[in-house]
Amino acid sequence: MKSLPLLFLGIFFTLAMSWTIVVLTPHLQMSDLTPASSDLADDQDNPIGGAVFYVDGKPQLGKNIEGDDTFPVPLVGEAQRGKLVYESMGCMYCHTQQVRRKGFGADFERGWGERQSVPRDYILQDRVMLGSMRTGPDLTNVGTRYTEEWHYQHLYNAQITSRVEDKISTMPPFPFLFEIREVSENFGPSPDAVDMGAYNPGPGYEVVPTQRAKDLVAYLMNLKQDYELPEMKFSE
Amino acid sequence: MSSNPSIVESINPSSEPLDLRARLGEVDHSMRNPAMLFLVSAVFWLLAGTLLAMVASIKATNQDFLGDSEWMTFGRIHAAHLNSMIYGWGNNIIFAVAPWIMARLCKARIRHTNILIMAGIFWNVALTIGIIGIFKGDMIGVEYLEMPQYVTPIMLITYALVGVWVVIAFRFRQSEHVYVSQWYILAAFFWLPWLYTVAQIMLVYEPATGVVQALANWWYQHNLMGLWLTPIALGTAYYLIPKVLGRPIHSYYLSVVGFWSLAMFFAFSGIHSLIGGPVPAWVVSLGVVSSVMLIIPIVVTAINLHLTVVGAHQEGWASPTMRFVVFGAINFTAVGVIGAMFSMRHVNETTHFTHFTVGHAHHALYAFFSMIMFGAVYYMMPRLLEKEWRNPFLIKAHWYMSGMGAILMVAALMIGGFLQGLQMNALDADGVPVYQFIEIVDNTKYFLWARSMAGLMIMVGHFAFAMNVFWMIFSPAEPDKVTEPTLLASTPDQA
Repeated sequence: MKSLPLLFLGIFFTLAMSWTIVVLTPHLQMSDLTPASSDLADDQDNPIGGAVFYVDGKPQLGKNIEGDDTFPVPLVGEAQRGKLVYESMGCMYCHTQQVRRKGFGADFERGWGERQSVPRDYILQDRVMLGSMRTGPDLTNVGTRYTEEWHYQHLYNAQITSRVEDKISTMPPFPFLFEIREVSENFGPSPDAVDMGAYNPGPGYEVVPTQRAKDLVAYLMNLKQDYELPEMKFSE
Repeated sequence: MSSNPSIVESINPSSEPLDLRARLGEVDHSMRNPAMLFLVSAVFWLLAGTLLAMVASIKATNQDFLGDSEWMTFGRIHAAHLNSMIYGWGNNIIFAVAPWIMARLCKARIRHTNILIMAGIFWNVALTIGIIGIFKGDMIGVEYLEMPQYVTPIMLITYALVGVWVVIAFRFRQSEHVYVSQWYILAAFFWLPWLYTVAQIMLVYEPATGVVQALANWWYQHNLMGLWLTPIALGTAYYLIPKVLGRPIHSYYLSVVGFWSLAMFFAFSGIHSLIGGPVPAWVVSLGVVSSVMLIIPIVVTAINLHLTVVGAHQEGWASPTMRFVVFGAINFTAVGVIGAMFSMRHVNETTHFTHFTVGHAHHALYAFFSMIMFGAVYYMMPRLLEKEWRNPFLIKAHWYMSGMGAILMVAALMIGGFLQGLQMNALDADGVPVYQFIEIVDNTKYFLWARSMAGLMIMVGHFAFAMNVFWMIFSPAEPDKVTEPTLLASTPDQA
């Protein structure tokens, strides 16, 4: 290479250009997304069914219908702490949190979501864990599929809930999120104790979730995109 | 397509005047301590990363293995493996090899190497703390950036201390011509800190809104491969192949085209990993298009390297360096072509979210990048230590185990992943999934067992490699003894 300034400029611009286009532009494009009601209204407060309405042929952005719930909803309390447990255990290496559109893959048919995930679903998350691998099922709507008890059993040992004949789940067990303790003689079994089926400890002992397990389950129960957004309705 | 004669002169060992050879000896001598520090650290991290990989791989089929320990849960082992390999093995070996090649090509003696040694110590200490942080539960849920935020500033600073010596060597170069390896290394050392800083800010310190994080994450992840590991590996290959074979690179013009098209297209291609995801469609399309365009640098570089080697296969087979480098270069082509194919939306529909992606990552990081780096170590260590390799059998063991292990692993993961994807998407006439999820998990297990087997082979190879490295380091120097380069087969001259 004869011209060194050209080399340096090229090195600089290739990366600068890719960052501007791939990261910065979508950032600007999506920066005005806010929680929205499932339907938007025009300037006369009439529902418009989509994201925009037209005045003299020009598109105008609808506004939230007053009094309607807006989505997404922020995580609070236990669920917020539970997300940190999810993160620190590396759950995202085997589970995604994104539903592809109907007809592209079988996400819809597997019951992982009623609709495709869209950017607005994630705007309130300070850590977006879309995931890249489905060793286990997608978790976008796992909060709508199971009970809390199911989650405790599944986390303690996935074989309790997910074993089918000789086909075992390969999900790691998380016994360290639970405490095995003696049943209190004075007070009887703890109200928090979970029945672990074949994995119950011996008689006189019970399995009680720790606070971290409660947080994690609260988070999982909050994982749901079961609402419609102006730009994305449920698929038929 | 004639090659530039001045470049030929600058790299062709047979045309080196005697004083140049002496000067290269001086360069080697000045780089000896820092390069060996990084190299030994890299070997340790390689072994650690391999062991972690074995544990993770066994856990993927036998989930109860070490299942009671929070520190040993799959997610953390996986993250620790990934970070040990990329920042422990990958970056340390780059810090050993790239500044050395740069210094040699610039014919610049590196002074004040104690700063490099300091950087090496800090880098490895920070990395160790970071990996312990992952085990402890401070892991950050961003792929490839899992190390907790309390070590990343130290890593960035120590990185800068290494990078600065590359720039200094380049600035005070004694040679007039800038060879293709120098462009690659210089560019890579400029790109990485930028990538790393932007990714840390946008993902860890001041997280961007919503899915912009996913875009920034994939931009970082793919560019770490494309604008850091790949240019270094290609720069190394461009340096070693002519050096070992004693013939110039086939075409100067093709190397220019390869360099710029790689930089242009790689920087956009990472977004193909978000096909079908909740991001704007146009940005995904851009990722797909540039991934397909990546065929250009890959084919161009492949032709250039292949035409350099052609006709010298026997010499190549005799040289440990050439075996590893050519294996890596062939896999560079393979990984690029496969990558372009599964970036197409309709192929991606099947391969996305499956072990295919894991196979692709190992194809790129191991079969391409790591193999070229092994080749570089086999070339570099005898020159730094002025000793020869102690045992050709260990080199052969390393070569066969790593090479066959890599092929088996990539094949198992890609075939297994593709079948996994087909089963995942299979619908019957009524639109009901044909396979239950648990059936797919069960069917994929056989391929994961094959993966563990491949991992075992690779581990044997790595231990052979490490044994040979330490044997050489601890063997006494015999300065008066005339040594021959270690060859694995007879060359035409001998035959």
